Amino acid sequence: MKRIRAWFLRITGIVPKQHQEQDFSDELASHLQMHIEDNLRAGMTAEQARREAYSKLGGVEHTKQAHREGRTIPFIDGVLQDLHYALRQLQRNPGFTVTAMLMLSLGIGASVAIFAFVDAALLKPLPYADPTRLVDVAERGASFSRSNLSYQDYEDWKRLNKSFSSLDVYSGGGYLYRTSSGVEPVPAARVSDGFFRTLGIHPMLGRDFYSGEDQQNAAATVILAYNTWIQRFGGRKDVVGQIISLDGVPTTVIGVLPPDFHFAPRGAAEFWTTTHQHNGCEKRRSCHNLFAVARLKDGVSVQAALMDVTAIAKQLEIQYPGSNRDQGAFVQPLSDLIVQDIRPILLTLLAGSALLLLIACINVSSLLLVRSEGRRREFAVRGALGAAPIRLIRQFITEGLVLVAAGTVVGLAAGYSLIRLLLSLFSKDMLSSMPYLSHLGFTPHILGFTLIIALLAAGIFSATPALRLPTTAMREALNDGDRGSAGTLWRRFGANLVVLELAIAVVLLVGAGLLGKSFYRLLHVDLAFDPNNLATLFVSLPATTYNKDELIVTATHKIIDQVSTFPGVTSVAITSVLPVSGNGNTDWIRVIGHPFHGEHNEVNEREISPDYFKTIHAQLLRGRFLTQQDDATRPRVTVINKAFADRYFPGEDPIGKKYGGGDLAPDSVKEIVGIVDNIRESALNEDIWPAEYKAHNQDADAFFALVVRTSGDAKSILPSLSAAVHQVDPGIGTLNELTMQQRIDDSQTAYLHRSAAWLVGGFAALALLLGIIGLYGVIAYSVSQRTREIGVRMALGAARGSVYQLILKEAGRLTVIGIVAGILCSIGAATFIRKLLFGTHSWDITTLAAVSLLLGLAALLASFIPARRAASINPVEALRAE
Amino acid sequence: MGDKTDVWQGTLALMVLKTLETLGPLHGYGIARRIEQTSGDLLSLNYGTLYPALLRLEQEGAIESEWGLSENNRKAKFYSLTRTGRRQLAHEARSWEQTTAILARFLAATGEPS
Repeated sequence: MKRIRAWFLRITGIVPKQHQEQDFSDELASHLQMHIEDNLRAGMTAEQARREAYSKLGGVEHTKQAHREGRTIPFIDGVLQDLHYALRQLQRNPGFTVTAMLMLSLGIGASVAIFAFVDAALLKPLPYADPTRLVDVAERGASFSRSNLSYQDYEDWKRLNKSFSSLDVYSGGGYLYRTSSGVEPVPAARVSDGFFRTLGIHPMLGRDFYSGEDQQNAAATVILAYNTWIQRFGGRKDVVGQIISLDGVPTTVIGVLPPDFHFAPRGAAEFWTTTHQHNGCEKRRSCHNLFAVARLKDGVSVQAALMDVTAIAKQLEIQYPGSNRDQGAFVQPLSDLIVQDIRPILLTLLAGSALLLLIACINVSSLLLVRSEGRRREFAVRGALGAAPIRLIRQFITEGLVLVAAGTVVGLAAGYSLIRLLLSLFSKDMLSSMPYLSHLGFTPHILGFTLIIALLAAGIFSATPALRLPTTAMREALNDGDRGSAGTLWRRFGANLVVLELAIAVVLLVGAGLLGKSFYRLLHVDLAFDPNNLATLFVSLPATTYNKDELIVTATHKIIDQVSTFPGVTSVAITSVLPVSGNGNTDWIRVIGHPFHGEHNEVNEREISPDYFKTIHAQLLRGRFLTQQDDATRPRVTVINKAFADRYFPGEDPIGKKYGGGDLAPDSVKEIVGIVDNIRESALNEDIWPAEYKAHNQDADAFFALVVRTSGDAKSILPSLSAAVHQVDPGIGTLNELTMQQRIDDSQTAYLHRSAAWLVGGFAALALLLGIIGLYGVIAYSVSQRTREIGVRMALGAARGSVYQLILKEAGRLTVIGIVAGILCSIGAATFIRKLLFGTHSWDITTLAAVSLLLGLAALLASFIPARRAASINPVEALRAE
Repeated sequence: MGDKTDVWQGTLALMVLKTLETLGPLHGYGIARRIEQTSGDLLSLNYGTLYPALLRLEQEGAIESEWGLSENNRKAKFYSLTRTGRRQLAHEARSWEQTTAILARFLAATGEPS
């Protein structure tokens, strides 16, 4: 008890010092005074009395020191003294302090922000039970290495496999959800009954699907996503058991998913239902619309599971040659599926931010080095006065720690803002496909990462100036004449650091240049249509009302007519899939009259209204476009793209030729009436595939996109599009009104490229700035060190020009070495970002040349200022100053 | 008596407490003087070592201090025993007596033939 009390007093004793110090001085003074008086009374001489009193005390300073140590904890007290001194030192050099802290917090902030994303996307385990055992299972088609699974294949895979403890499927889709204000299309997911059990997720309210609830005769049930529950049902507990209307079907709510549940492949799904009602596709083995997720049995590797299902797929291929030819299997860890797009970009950004941090650290170290150079005398004096080397080094370490601590705090704040900023750049759709980013924050991981960076930086900073403290050389520093050796180590060391800095800046600049160029190329790929002044909107006709093709066709015509009456609208059309959305939605074909051995001929399939090509300004190469007369009463016709013609009719005129499905079923046979240019159906960075455009009038679909060409800005018409559709029938669902240009700019590919280019560009700009500051610092310091030498040269008749030459030559040498090293490194580094490059080589000459030129010019500027200062040195003053 | 004995480890605090119990509030110099006198000048006390000991006792709550005037009107810091200090003194005195008694018994024992 009393020990604790004593320690507590000692710890608090660290703080108020002045008063206690004074108090004890007074006490000692009075002690001595009383002692001396007693001695005088005993008959000693004044001198004797004094001496005896002091000697009996055993030294005033000694006593004070013992008392001080008793009052506090000596080690901490020393640290505090160092800290106090360090703060005073930093305060005395606000320029140095602010620069160093700015650089540090910049580097730390950038690294922390990027690491937060890396952590959320790549490091944090998926929020499922034992996520490493979960795999993504799909088929391997001829055109897609990962393609959808057909329902019947799924049933066979599930029955025959020996690798999975469970295998469940999911598919996307949406429902028209009836609210009090009408119907609203809502994104949803359909899953097999064991889906959530496979993931290891339990509803937080209500129950999971029973097994068997995905069978044909099961009642319609739905589990709500957490946000749906909160936003649409006010978070009421009695929602379980409620009946809601999905696509006009009364459906019972049976549960609510937990708030942290997310499943990136079906990111925005609000409703989770079972596959109890098979759609037309699921009744055919040849129709592929599902993906599967499975849990591996203990001890089964992904590779073994792949071999297992591949063997099953082979067996099915023999059993069902008509539908399963060339359908292999595909298995990968679920985490790979979820992060595949973002991984290379995040790793690139992480590398970029690490390089930036490195530059920042180098700059701060060299600043410290310069400063320690300037403080050699101070330390020599302290050493000569008896300070142990360890104490001096501790001083450096303390100063380094103070800098790093402050830099880290500011850096964390900067990192936090940067995270917010980056998140705000994502569109809502992007975020729903990357739900793992929704809970981005300072997790223990991130704080740990920050701590590691801070410790590394602190290590570097306390080591750098300590390097400059060879104790033997300290005495020399006291001699005034010491000049020769002072700068050599610095020059060697500091100069190398600058070369490293410049090289890193080159790497980042080249990376940014390449990514920027890729992005430019991406946005300027040939679309073969005009995206300007196009407004788009998705339309969903409720299946309960529009249950016949004729009804759909009539409604479509009404919608087109209605929108056409809007002022400023020049042309209106529909398509089943908008351009630039990605290859897919394919049809398998067989050309009549061509030899056929069961080949897998896959083409993009689109259904369009007659005015579609005219509306998007696509160019007809041969034949004719579809017309209003191509309806259900007439033979089926199609327009194909140039890629189709080149691929399947080389050296032949396709017009008038007929083709159909793999089995040439009579209703699948179509006649080619026209060839259109290669409209970019794919994502911007994907290949052009053969494509067929069928008449919507002959092959109606209840879900389609409306495309509207306007004479003015397409944005102005967006708000009124839904209203126009609802005038035809308020029960029709509409969603996602955007201009075509917005769609292209916001497409995942464009977005990822743009963000990568901007971020790496930002890092590169900062790296350039820091590198140039570093070079400036080195040259300026070198000039200050050589003031006397330059003065002598000039006194001996050297012209100003030759002084310029002297300084610029040194800067030029460093710059050239830095640039050459940087170019070499960046060619190597660029191969790592090959995946992110589009239409650009990793050794793109123009980029390399531009970067070299930019850096060269910037370096020239940075070294010109100190060179000018050197040239304007007054020789007389320079000599006198020493 | 040429050699003086240094203060044994751990006994200084006990002497300080006892002195303060006997004489009441006293300043550092007075305590030092008193200890030397009581020892019959057999103890060699470095007066400076007294102050850390006083600080320690004060931190432990055994004594408290207050500025006051000395017998010849000089400003001095007076230390006095607290209740905790009294208890500590009683406790430590008892254990010290026990120790010395045991030691004395050892030293008094003479070898007896077995």
